[in-house]
This record gives sequence, C-alpha cells and structure tokens, in this order.
Amino acid sequence: MAKSRFWLYFSSPKTFYPFSGKLIPWCVGVAAVLMAVGLYMGLLVTPPDYRMGDSYRIIYIHVPAVWMSMIIYMVMAGWAAVGLIWNVKLAEMMAGALAPTGAIFTVIGLWTGALWGRPTWGAYWVWDARLTTYLVMLFLYMGYIALRSAIDDPRRASKASALLAIVGGINVPIIYFSVKWWNTLHQPFTVAPGQESKIDPTMLWTMMIMVIAFWAYTLAVSLIRVRCDILEREKNSSWVAELLQGSSAGNKQ
Amino acid sequence: MIWSSWSEFIEMGGYAGFVWWSYGVTVVFMVGEVVLLSKRKRTIIQRLGRFIRADRSKRNAE
Amino acid sequence: MSESIKNTGLFAAFRLMVARDLTLAMRRRTDVFTTLFFFIIAVTLFPLGVGPEIELLRSMGPGVIWVAALLASMLSLSTLFSGDYEDGTLEQMVIAPHPLSVLVLGKLFAHWLTTGVPLALLSPLLGMQMGLGSAEIQVLLLTLLLGTPVLSLIGSIGAALTLGVRGGGILLSLLILPLFIPVLIFGAGAVDAFTTGVSIDGHLSLLGAFLVLSLVLAPLATSVALRISLE
Repeated sequence: MAKSRFWLYFSSPKTFYPFSGKLIPWCVGVAAVLMAVGLYMGLLVTPPDYRMGDSYRIIYIHVPAVWMSMIIYMVMAGWAAVGLIWNVKLAEMMAGALAPTGAIFTVIGLWTGALWGRPTWGAYWVWDARLTTYLVMLFLYMGYIALRSAIDDPRRASKASALLAIVGGINVPIIYFSVKWWNTLHQPFTVAPGQESKIDPTMLWTMMIMVIAFWAYTLAVSLIRVRCDILEREKNSSWVAELLQGSSAGNKQ
Repeated sequence: MIWSSWSEFIEMGGYAGFVWWSYGVTVVFMVGEVVLLSKRKRTIIQRLGRFIRADRSKRNAE
Repeated sequence: MSESIKNTGLFAAFRLMVARDLTLAMRRRTDVFTTLFFFIIAVTLFPLGVGPEIELLRSMGPGVIWVAALLASMLSLSTLFSGDYEDGTLEQMVIAPHPLSVLVLGKLFAHWLTTGVPLALLSPLLGMQMGLGSAEIQVLLLTLLLGTPVLSLIGSIGAALTLGVRGGGILLSLLILPLFIPVLIFGAGAVDAFTTGVSIDGHLSLLGAFLVLSLVLAPLATSVALRISLE
C-alpha cells in the first residue's frame, strides 16, 4: 500500500518536476567529469591496439553510443507500454523525451561504425544482419518522432506513438533474424563484425567509463526534455504558475 | 601519455581521418542536442512567464 | 435494424463487412486500377533505368517486382480507413456489439481481395517483362499470394495510427515500410532461391508463419490504434 502510494507520488508531474530538477545537476556533473576522464584515457593514455592500431579509439564512443541507443529503445517502449496500459501521463512523456536522444545515438553509432569498419574490415557498410537491423532501428525512431510530432493533441500523439514503439519493438528481432537468414543464403560472410581482438584492461575500463558517462548524459538530457514537456502540457495548472512566478521573482533580486 | 608530440597525436597513427571525423561528429551531435534543448527550455520559461504575468496583472486590475 | 445486427454472429458480421467493402470498392473501381497501374509503371521504370540486359533484369526481377508490390499496397493503405473515418462509419464500428478486430479483419480481407490478389495476378505479366522463366513466375505468384495479406495486415496498424493526421500518406510510409522488410526478404528470396536450385520450403513456411502471426496480432493492434485515433 505504502509502496503504491510512493509511486503515485512520483508519477505526478507536480512532484516529479522539482524532484527531477534536483537530479539533473548531479547527472550533468557525472556526465561531464566521466566524459573528460574517458576522453583523456581514450585518446591520450590507452596504448594502440596491436592489430587495429589507433583506429580502434573509435570504439570509446561507438560502443557506448550503440549500447545506449538500444537500451533507450527498450526503455522507451517500456515507458510507452506503461503509459498505454495504465494511462500514466508521466510515463508517456518520458517515452517521448527519450526518443530524440535515442535517435541521435543511433546516428552516432552508424556514423562511427562506418568510420571504424573501413580501416578494420575494409568497408564502410556491409549488409550484415546487425548493421541492417540497426539501420532499421533508426527508421523506427524516426517514425516514432514523426508520428508524435504530426498529431496535435498531446494525449493522442503519445498513445499512438506508444503503440508504434511497441509494434516496432516486437518487429526488431524478427527483422534481425530475417536479415541474418537472407545473409547466409546470399554469401558466406567473410568479415564478421564484432570479433574484437583481446582487449587490454585499461581499454575496457575506459570504455566502461564512457558507457557510464553516456548513461548520465542520457538521463540528464531526457530529464531536461521531459521537464520542458511537463511545463508545456501543464501550463494552465496553478503549480506551474506559482513555480514560474517564484523563479522570475528570484531572478529579479 | 603515449604520444611524444602534438603532431603525432593529431595523426593518430595514420587513422586521423577516421578517428577525428568520428569524435567530431559525435561532439557536434551531443553539444548540438544540449544547446537546442537549453534554448527550448529558456523560451518555454520566458513564454509561460509572460503569460502568467499578463494573467496576474489582468486579475489585479479587476 | 439494430436488433438484426445485434443478433448476427461473428462470422456473419465478418461476411457483411467484406461484402460492404467489396461493394464500395466496385463502386470506386478507379482506386483499384490506380494501384495496379502504379505497380506496372514502377516495374517498367526499372529496365529503363538500369538497361535492357536480360541477365541483369532476370536477377533483379523478383526483387523489383516485390518492392513495387510493397509500395503499391502501401499506397492503397492510406485510404483503408479514411472514408469510414470521414463519414462516421468507423465510430459506428467501434460501438458495434461485435469485436472491432473482427470487423477490421473483414475490411482487411476485402482490401486484400481488391489489391493483393490483383497485384499477384498481374505479376506474371511483369515477370515476363523482366525475363523470368515460367517456373519462377509461378513461385513469384505463390509468394505474392502468401505475402500480400501480411502487408495489408501490418499496414493497417499504420493506416489506423495516421488517421486524420496531416501528411498522413507520407508518414504512413515512414512507419510501415521498415516493418515490411521480413516479408520482402522471404518473398523475393524464395524466387532467388528457386533460381539457384535451393529448396524454397523454408521461405514459404516462414511467409506462412508471418501470415499466421500477423493474422492474430495485427487486427488487435489495429483496433487499439483505431480507438486511440477516434478518442
């Protein structure tokens, strides 16, 4: 009973807004510090890979970006399902706030993957199951964002896009296995993405630091975005009026 | 530090184009997202603040 | 009248829906023909674009015909619910005593009969244009007959979501085309496999599996989407 009340308390935009406001500076701080450490380690400290030379340094941003983009899709579809089934407004807004960041990470993942693939496997792009499915995930993100912004009524927009996110999520594994099958039929693959050489422990640590930094970045950016959405949707409520009056009065001092 | 000179760092063992294009585009995207978002937040707060002040002065006048 | 509808069984409701939509399609024959002509034109453009070498055309043929069929059925989907949405029939369907998914399934069956089946029946002609042999054409026809209902079923989710949305048609393609990929792979892949002498049983069973899966899930998802759009 107490537990359900706890969740109810935080699922109300009115209480979530100040709470998330306190959380954001921490996320920004963690992201900034860890990104600085990660970049320093990744570009200046870790030794070159014995096989790939210095081109491998791309993985310090490629791997975290790809991981985050996939995790964000799952979390987004999860929030979308929660919003659709239990009609939780905050979950709907959270799903929408994650999508642009997920799409950006997918673009970064594709771009850095192409630039890493060229020196490593000799091609910017191959029609491998992983790469193709990953590209399709970008299309799903784009469709989600486009549908959400095309519908004017915010409730309908978030519900319709939530259903799309769920349908897309169900399709991702089907697409992956289809492309995999298609690929084995067409030609035996000579270059297999993902077969990394033995990784040095400092390299692994650097990558983990970057992963945590990207997590913190995602959290910060999506919280800022969801706060913007909250303000826009709740602009007629009294708590927003009080909040903004307080902040503008505070600024004038 | 594994690099002995600045130019060696820039060269990235012959992979300068790949490494710097990756990092550059990533930085542009992530910084761009943050800049656009903070701009959006500022305009929302300004716009809503204006609405609320207008609303309050109207109510005071009544 | 409402009493008589309430007393009709599920299957009768399904049949009434199919009959109604077929009648409507017959009254608006040009819509059907537009889709078919789009299909023919799209396929015809390819030889003009890549050159008339028969070997090249033969190897590209199944893929080109399948992609064109995909695009043609996607174009026809944008009108799937829009007529009923504008004249209020859709709201009646939602409040009808029968499950919305059954009515949706009826509409989709009629849609398949008026787009998927004609597309498949036209494909031998286009197959000849692309230099395919008669055995390959038969496989192509079979895969199109198995695959086009899946396209209608998956596409109906997107059609329902984009109802009354500005830029709905182009948005629909963005939402739906990525989800068509598995059908395209196994549909066109079956003909390719047949040409190279590989057994096509796997392709056909997977297409059948997609059909069964989408028959079960898509009408449910579409009715949820319709309810969201009508709220």
